[in-house]
Amino acid sequence: MQLPPALHARLAGAPGAAAPLPVQRDSLAGNAPFRFAARQVRFPREHEFFEDGDVQRHLYLQDVITQVAAEPERPRRFSARVPEFTCQVAGCCQAFDTLEDYEHHYHTLHGNVCSSCKRAFPSGHLLDTHIQEWHDSLFQILAERQDMYQCLVEGCTEKFRTSRDRKEHLVTHHLYPADFRFDKPRKGRRPASQVSTEAIGEDWAPSEGDAMEVCSEQAEAHPEPPRERRVYSHRIPSTVCFGQGASRGFKSTKKRSKRQ
Amino acid sequence: MWSGRRGLLRSSGCGVEELRCRRREREAALRKARREQQLVSKRLLRDEATEEAEGGCVVVILGEAEIQEFLRLAQRGTEEKERERALVSLRRGLQHPETQQTFIRLEGSIRTLVGLLTSNQALLQLEAARCLHELSHSEQSAVAEACLPATSYLLTYLSGHSSDFIELCLYTLGNLIVESEAVRRQLLPQGIVPALAACIQSPHLTVLEALGYALSQLLQAKEAPEKIIPLVLGSTLPQHILQLLQPGPKLNLGVAVEFAWCLHYIICSQVNNALLITQGALTTLGLLLLDLAAAVQRTEDAGLELLVCPVVRCLSNLLTEAAAETVGGPMQLRDERVLAALFILLQFFLHKQPSLLPEGLWLLNNLTANSPSFCTSLISLDLIEPLLHLLSVSNVVSVLVLTVLCNIAEKGPAYCQHLWPGLLLPTLLDTLALSDTEVVGQSLELLQLLFLYQPGAAQAFLQQSGLQALQRHEEVAQLQDRVHALQQTALHG
Repeated sequence: MQLPPALHARLAGAPGAAAPLPVQRDSLAGNAPFRFAARQVRFPREHEFFEDGDVQRHLYLQDVITQVAAEPERPRRFSARVPEFTCQVAGCCQAFDTLEDYEHHYHTLHGNVCSSCKRAFPSGHLLDTHIQEWHDSLFQILAERQDMYQCLVEGCTEKFRTSRDRKEHLVTHHLYPADFRFDKPRKGRRPASQVSTEAIGEDWAPSEGDAMEVCSEQAEAHPEPPRERRVYSHRIPSTVCFGQGASRGFKSTKKRSKRQ
Repeated sequence: MWSGRRGLLRSSGCGVEELRCRRREREAALRKARREQQLVSKRLLRDEATEEAEGGCVVVILGEAEIQEFLRLAQRGTEEKERERALVSLRRGLQHPETQQTFIRLEGSIRTLVGLLTSNQALLQLEAARCLHELSHSEQSAVAEACLPATSYLLTYLSGHSSDFIELCLYTLGNLIVESEAVRRQLLPQGIVPALAACIQSPHLTVLEALGYALSQLLQAKEAPEKIIPLVLGSTLPQHILQLLQPGPKLNLGVAVEFAWCLHYIICSQVNNALLITQGALTTLGLLLLDLAAAVQRTEDAGLELLVCPVVRCLSNLLTEAAAETVGGPMQLRDERVLAALFILLQFFLHKQPSLLPEGLWLLNNLTANSPSFCTSLISLDLIEPLLHLLSVSNVVSVLVLTVLCNIAEKGPAYCQHLWPGLLLPTLLDTLALSDTEVVGQSLELLQLLFLYQPGAAQAFLQQSGLQALQRHEEVAQLQDRVHALQQTALHG
């Protein structure tokens, strides 16, 4: 298929079109027994017309299509071994020998960190929610009168009166697990003796499965109800406080009764 | 302009012939699956470099006791390196289907894995995610569905910042999405669409490609037109997708391929294409087509047809929307460069992927059917002859070529004048010698138009033994009437 040489130049040229030739139709055109009529055609998803292209697509997904190995912008993973180095963040002594591992460590533990209580969060969104609900006294005041507990799911604008209601919403509406680790009630909202599955990560039981605690013990992942309260682990640095902040403590008793 | 595609030939010892054979088998399996409307493919992300460092790819089948031991060590080991190593061993074992089966049947195993996934030990998190990824890739539904308890966390992690981790979560989600409607019925209320809409703003190409993959899987679902596409169209995803398809120095082939397919699934489902047009889809895709034609001339880059195909499909289907006509302004779809680009791409298809020629010609049909402007451009750019050359490729291609020629001819004498004489008559006589009814039928249609609008055409036809050519088909049911009509016209004017 030989293309006219001027075609490539045309492609590189300016936009535009030729003035159309005059259209002049005869009523006999396309008359029976003939049936041609110029018309656009559309094909729906499952039409067999798309079979070949779809098969190509899937061969590619399954990586069966050979691809030319071009210069990658960066290696797919930073897996190259490097001389061991340690994390430079104050108080962290983790060592690494690949950049990939370090990148993940940094973002997980030092990325979205609450400056008040040093907890790390998987995203800025959860961090913001945490700061608002745990460290903002204005929030507490407003929460007495209006629905302030925002749904954790990105894009959902529902708000709730209590964190318990919010959890209810997360479970029934968003099909979240009842023990979702990033939805912990603030300390002081339930009596110490009450240990339930919702009590995961009660922050004043430091070795609970609080996934966000920096340097605390790793989460308990197997069901062991009721969870035991353990003694403080020696690993917890003194910078982590458990409920000594001014925003915590004993507020109006109204809230207590609501919690029952 | 095009960033290199970071593909690798995953051979590790396979010969070329073996690869071809494997590919043929895969292709046959995929065709069968598509005909049954069960076309499903998963992606596996495995780090070859790490695997080599770990001493080759021998996969060990792990038994119950071993799995339990590794889990125990990972969870409660005292030394971090020890815990990590345990998970790595588990992950390697999970590459084997048998280990996967044993794993999911073990009580508490998934729960432990999810616990590790959400632990504060970043490296354990990463390894746990890799384990889940292996499971997600399984062809056994039970294994993949065992990953369901992890989905809310995978979605949460999409708003994080660790690009490798996010990439892994996305591919895992993509594999799970395609598993079953039950999985999607959980993921949708969990907020997968808003999570993807937030994540698509990431600057990392690897994340974007993974996201495109996951989204394309979601859009390919059977229930997508009713349940998923409206949600996607209501989000900011379409705008971001179109942005990622803008031609320019930042366009990345791997990323563009995924999102072009996403767009195709949305458009061919015909939910609300008018919306996409108002967001500039026609403009973007048109410019991208031009860009692709230029790229195809410049580089031998394998894989461009993977992007050309969905772009052609999207454009072609969008052109049929009423909104395509009414959107005014400097719409380049009246730009004849689109024709130039399309022909360059048709030539490219002819050499690289002839099975895609029909799709290219379908776009050509949609461009020319109602457009005197494009028909004129076809003539003024000297594209009639190249078009005629395609007539020998296959019956499907021939029918489409003849249809396009009819599109031109039906616009009247001014157009037929330019189709004549040239190669058209001898070519038509050749097609009349064929036996495919559709090809011949379309030739007859074209002849009628030529006889009607082009003085001297009937005469020339007679002189070139046209009547004899017609005679062959006098008895064919679908063709008889038209054959006789043409014979009459030729003989009696």
